[in-house]
Amino acid sequence: MNVVSMIQIGKTYHLDAVDVPALVGIDLEIRPNCFTVISGPSGSGKTTLLNLIGCIDQANCGEIIVAGEAVQKLADDALSDFRARHIGFIFQNFNLLPVLTVEENVEYPLLLARVPATGRKLRVAALLDAVGIADKARNFPGQLSGGQRQRVAIARALAPSPQLVLADEPTANLDSHTGAAIISLMREMQRERHVSFVFSSHDPKVLAEADDAVMIRDGRIESIERRKPRANGAA
Amino acid sequence: MRTLSLALRNLLRNRRRSLTTLLAMVIGAVTILVFGGYSRNIVLSLQTSYVMRGGHLQIQRKDYFLFGSGNPAAYGIADYQHVIDVVGRDPVLAPMLAVVTPSISLGGIAGNFAAGVSRTILGAGLVVADRNRMRQWNEYELPINVPPSALTGTADDAVVIGNGVARVLELCEPLAVPNCPRHVKAQAAAGADAPADITALAALESRPAAAASEARIELLAANVHGAPNVASLRAVKAERQGFKEFDDMFVGMHLAQAQRLLYGSEKPQATAVVLQLAHTRQIPAAKARLAELLATTLQSEPLEVQDFEVLNPFYGQAVGMFAAIFGFMAVLIGAIVLFTVGNTMSMAVMERTAEIGTLRAMGLRRSGIRRLFMSEALLLGLIGAAAGVSAALCVAWLVNHTGLTWLPPGQVDPVPLTVRVWGETPMMIGTAALLALVAVVSAWWPARRAARMLIVDALRHV
Repeated sequence: MNVVSMIQIGKTYHLDAVDVPALVGIDLEIRPNCFTVISGPSGSGKTTLLNLIGCIDQANCGEIIVAGEAVQKLADDALSDFRARHIGFIFQNFNLLPVLTVEENVEYPLLLARVPATGRKLRVAALLDAVGIADKARNFPGQLSGGQRQRVAIARALAPSPQLVLADEPTANLDSHTGAAIISLMREMQRERHVSFVFSSHDPKVLAEADDAVMIRDGRIESIERRKPRANGAA
Repeated sequence: MRTLSLALRNLLRNRRRSLTTLLAMVIGAVTILVFGGYSRNIVLSLQTSYVMRGGHLQIQRKDYFLFGSGNPAAYGIADYQHVIDVVGRDPVLAPMLAVVTPSISLGGIAGNFAAGVSRTILGAGLVVADRNRMRQWNEYELPINVPPSALTGTADDAVVIGNGVARVLELCEPLAVPNCPRHVKAQAAAGADAPADITALAALESRPAAAASEARIELLAANVHGAPNVASLRAVKAERQGFKEFDDMFVGMHLAQAQRLLYGSEKPQATAVVLQLAHTRQIPAAKARLAELLATTLQSEPLEVQDFEVLNPFYGQAVGMFAAIFGFMAVLIGAIVLFTVGNTMSMAVMERTAEIGTLRAMGLRRSGIRRLFMSEALLLGLIGAAAGVSAALCVAWLVNHTGLTWLPPGQVDPVPLTVRVWGETPMMIGTAALLALVAVVSAWWPARRAARMLIVDALRHV
C-alpha cells in the first residue's frame, strides 16, 4: 500500500482578494520505503505539496490518504496525534528547540507519542548513535554546527518510528560537502529503517539519490520518474 | 519533558525580559502588601484604642444607645452589680473575659467660676482599677505603652479632663498643659459704676480664689429627678483625647462621683456594663451567650448588647475606607501586572512563532501550545509573587526598624510607624494568589493566539 495517495488535489491561496492557484489537479502516490524527491523551480508548489502530505495544511479539493488514513476528515487534535505517530519533519532551518539539549530534542516527539520513559531513553541513545552525534547528547543546539543540527533533526524526525519523513530543502542551509553527507545519512536511515522519505529540493545531488523523482511546475505535476522497482513485485 | 520544565527554560531564555516582568510584579506585590500592612496596622491600632477605652461589648439598658445620651439617669441599669456577677461567673463567658466593669456616661456643664468660664461636657464615671487593666489590652502586640489613668490613687472628687476642656476653662496653667494657647479677654466696655449696695453684696458672695496650684471645676448635671446637681471637683490632670470634639468635652471621674451626681442618695446605677474580651474574635460567641443570659437569668431588666463597632462608627468607616483604597490599589496594580505579563507573553509568542509551528507540526495539540504559554505565565506569576512577598517582608522590616512615629486617629500619643506584613497570612497569600492569577489570565490571549496559528504560516515566520 502506498504511504501517500493524492487524488485530484487542488490548493488555492487567497491573497488580497486574489485567488492564486498553488496546486492544480495533483494525482500522486508515494511508495513505501522509497526516497522520493519533489523537484521544480521556485514557486512551483513543492513546499505546498509537502505541507499537504505532512497534514499541516488543508487542500481545497481532492482527497489525501496518508498511512491509510483519509486525513482531510480528521479534526485538528486527531490530526496532531496522527502527525505525532506517523510523520517526521526535517526543516531547512533545522527548527530545533533551543532550550532543549540534543537528547531532549530527540526525545520530545516520543513524549508526544506517549512512549514510556525507559523506551524513550533507549531509542534516543540508539538514534543519536546512528546519526553520529552521541557525544553531543548533552549539548544545546546553539553549540552545534549546521550539519550537526541537521543530524539532530533527522534523529528527531525518526524518533517516533514514522512511516513518512518529510524534508523541505534539508540541504539548502548547508555547504555542499555537509549537504552531501546529510543526504547520504538520510538515505542510509531510509534504507535501514524502512521509512519513506519525501524531499523538496532542486539540488541535482539530491535528485540523483531519488528512487522516485517528481517534477512539478506551475502547480502541476510535470513528470514522475520511478527509478526503483516497486517492492513485492509491484510495478 | 514536562510542560513546566520547558516553560521554565523558556523563561530563562530571555532573562532580561523575564527579570523586568518579575520586577514589575515585585513592585506591585510590595506596594499592595506594604500599604495593606500599613492600613492593617491603622485598623488594629484603632481597634486597640477603642477596646482599651470602651471594651468589646457593652450591656446597656434597652434603647440607651438611641435615646439614653439625652437622659442617662432614666436609662441606667438598676442592678448592674448583679449583671456583672452573672456575666463574670458564667462558665461560657468567664474564660473569654479580660475585664467586666460598670461605667456611667453623663452630660453636664463644667465651669471654672474663678475665671468666669464654663462649657458643656461629656462625663465618664469609671472604676479606675478596672480601666487600668483595660489599658493593658494589646492583642496585636502593637508597640504602644499606655500609662495608668491619672485618676489612680486619687480621691473621689478627682477628675481628668481633656486638654480642650482645660483650655476653655483656663486651667492650662495649674494643670501644666503644654502648648496651650491662652485666652485673651476682650476689654470690658466702659460704663457707669455699679451701685454701692450691689458691689458690697458681690463682695460678700464671692468665694476666695482657689489656690494657684489647684485646678477646681464645678460640674453641673441633672439628677434622676431632673433637678440640677452640682459637684466641686479637683482636676488632677489634662490629657489629650485624640479627637478634638472629644478633647473639648471630656471629663473623666470616679464612678462613685458620677453616681452621686446622677442619682444623689438613691440607689446608684450604671449606664453600661463594659466587657473587654481576651480576643476580638470572641465577640460573636460572647454576644450569643449574652443574648441567652439576657433572655433568661437577666431578663428582669430590659437590656441589650452593643459591640465596639456599633458604639464607634468611625471604626467601621475607617475599615471601609482603607478596604476601598486597598481594593482600588490592588485593581490598579493588577491591571499593570496584567498588561506587563500580557506584553511579555505576546512578545514571546511573536519571537517563537516558528517554534510554535515546529511543535504543532511534530504533533503538539493546540491545547499543548496554550498550556505551554499559560505555564510560563503561571511560573512568572508564582516566582513574582514569592519574590514580591519576600521583598515586602524586607521593606516592612526596614520600615519597622527606622524609628519613625506617627499619631494614629484617636490615639493620644505618637506611636512607632509600623507596617504589619509578617503574620498577615491571608493578605500575603491573597496577594500572591492575585498576582499569579492575573499573570495566568494575562497570558490567556497570547496563548490562544499562539494555539490558533496556522502551522504553515508559523513555519514561514522569520
